[in-house]
Amino acid sequence: MEAEEESMDVEAILSAHQSKFKSTEVNKEVELQFDLGRLLATDLNEIEAQSLKTKQKDGYLLNLMRDNTQLLINEIWKFPVENNDGGISVQLPSPKTVLPREKPIPKEKEPTKWEQFAQTKGIAKKKRSKMVFDEKSQEWKPRWGYKRINDPKEDWLIEVPDNADPYEDPFEKKSEDRKERIAKNEYQRLRNIARADKSGRVKAPLPPAYAAKLNKHQVTHALGMARKSTASIGKFTPKLSKEPAAKSAGKKSKFRPVVGKKGEERALNLEILKKMSKKTDILDVKKATSKFISDEHEKAHAEKQQGIRKKKNKHVSHKAGKKPVKLMKQKARRKKR
Amino acid sequence: MDVVKPKNQRSKRALEKRAPKLIENPKTAMFVRGGHISQIVTDVMTDLCKLKRPNAVLYRKKNATRPFEDPTTIEFFSQKSDASLFMYGSHNKKRPHNIVFGRMFDHHLLDMIELGVEQYKPMSSFTSIKSSVGIKPCLIFSGDSFETEPNYAKLKNLLIDFFHGSDVERVDLSSLETVITFTVSDGKIFMRVYHIALKKSGTRTPRVELEEMGPSLDLVLRRTHIASSELFKLATRRPKALKPKKEKNISKDPFGSKLARIHMTRQDMKQLKTRRVKGLKRKRDTAQEEGEGTESSPKRQN
Repeated sequence: MEAEEESMDVEAILSAHQSKFKSTEVNKEVELQFDLGRLLATDLNEIEAQSLKTKQKDGYLLNLMRDNTQLLINEIWKFPVENNDGGISVQLPSPKTVLPREKPIPKEKEPTKWEQFAQTKGIAKKKRSKMVFDEKSQEWKPRWGYKRINDPKEDWLIEVPDNADPYEDPFEKKSEDRKERIAKNEYQRLRNIARADKSGRVKAPLPPAYAAKLNKHQVTHALGMARKSTASIGKFTPKLSKEPAAKSAGKKSKFRPVVGKKGEERALNLEILKKMSKKTDILDVKKATSKFISDEHEKAHAEKQQGIRKKKNKHVSHKAGKKPVKLMKQKARRKKR
Repeated sequence: MDVVKPKNQRSKRALEKRAPKLIENPKTAMFVRGGHISQIVTDVMTDLCKLKRPNAVLYRKKNATRPFEDPTTIEFFSQKSDASLFMYGSHNKKRPHNIVFGRMFDHHLLDMIELGVEQYKPMSSFTSIKSSVGIKPCLIFSGDSFETEPNYAKLKNLLIDFFHGSDVERVDLSSLETVITFTVSDGKIFMRVYHIALKKSGTRTPRVELEEMGPSLDLVLRRTHIASSELFKLATRRPKALKPKKEKNISKDPFGSKLARIHMTRQDMKQLKTRRVKGLKRKRDTAQEEGEGTESSPKRQN
């Protein structure tokens, strides 16, 4: 009996203690979805759209988010707590939400020609120490770099063997040989890269995301541009076996000979003068016809639109952005100059 | 293919820092201003940049570029500042107070979503404590549109990517001080940022109280550019080296003890150590008689 009374007492004390504080419990119709690895919670419960249109929306959102945050915090506090270097921390599970990477997965490096050879022969890579003991100076010296062992710059005297060419400068030969060795190494390095590239292990550049949007004509145009974008304006760009002939892109400027036929230059200049002396604007037949056709199209389109809607849109025919056809006299004048 | 040979150690380190990694560094966001920009959008950008620090680059000058028309400029910027997230702000008659959230994969545009700012309160207009730099914020998404409607689902994924900070294994409980929330209702997105205060509750878990920290934004969805499924799949591929190794032959019984099957090699019976009994020992004198010199050692031979 006594024990029971005591336990009742404890419960009462606990509940009295808890009632002093606000509760951590939150009731939701649909339970929240958590991704605790990213400290993320998703609430799929219905939102009172009406209260978000009033002035009290901030208060409503604050209450909503307090409840959601409380649920998230409750979930995080369920993990075992660890006390380390001053802070209390918890281990988070691995994240569930899949996010894209920033860069592609690094590719395995293709072995160089030497590495391939070493593998077939079973040659293991040895660690070479940086410092080497120099017998001459009885000192430890670095194998390479500043103050290195066998520094060629310190050789002020080279013994010339009997069979050597007497007219050759041995110092120059030495430096020449060194340059050659460096060039050979560089060549081999590039060859290794080229080999790796051929095998396809090294990633090809990703096409721009918008490339998929281009239509056939745009692609052919882009291709034509790319072919011409060389130092020799595409003169030496190799062609595919069944490639169609490229359409001429853009105008080519024509240069007339400095000294032409007898009456030609005179006729040309007279023509320009004639154009300039005209009072009215010159009619560009090509432009005018194309404008006429496009206007017709627009009219037809507008009528069709009217047919659908019947109400508004009485003046759709005149679209902004189309320039009126005019060939200014100034242009002709500029040509003459 | 781009072959760059670093000429010194410093540039070598810089190149290595930019190279693709197995475990990636947290994504950096760049905040780019468009050719025409309103004060509101400028303030939104600086506020969001503050939330995103230290993984943020704020472009100070205007750039007359339009990512939806031609993303090449943004792609170039991404290459320059090695950033894969971007926010672009602009303002014009057709799309007033316009912001674009986007992300890159391998310095090429992956996806972007355009939002219009309808209402904005800057961070400075709230008096609450501001969050410390570089902490991992809590994220809350509310509203079933984030699950049901594909554009909002993509927006949710993008916003998580933008704001989730760095991937961590452990989190300090005292560092849970900011919560970034997004609520969607009737085609409007409400972004609110709160400071979390953990109070005593009488139980082990603390009572949460929130105080608005800002910025506060009401947004509407405008244009979207969603990555093709192939490209997204390529971008979300997980490296083989990071996948957990499959556990074989190990199970647990209802009591929680580990059960495993072990494959043993055949036991060598000749090496078996049995109990030594005095009666089985050979006598010394007989042993001497049998093997003079040939069997000097008492070891058994296999």
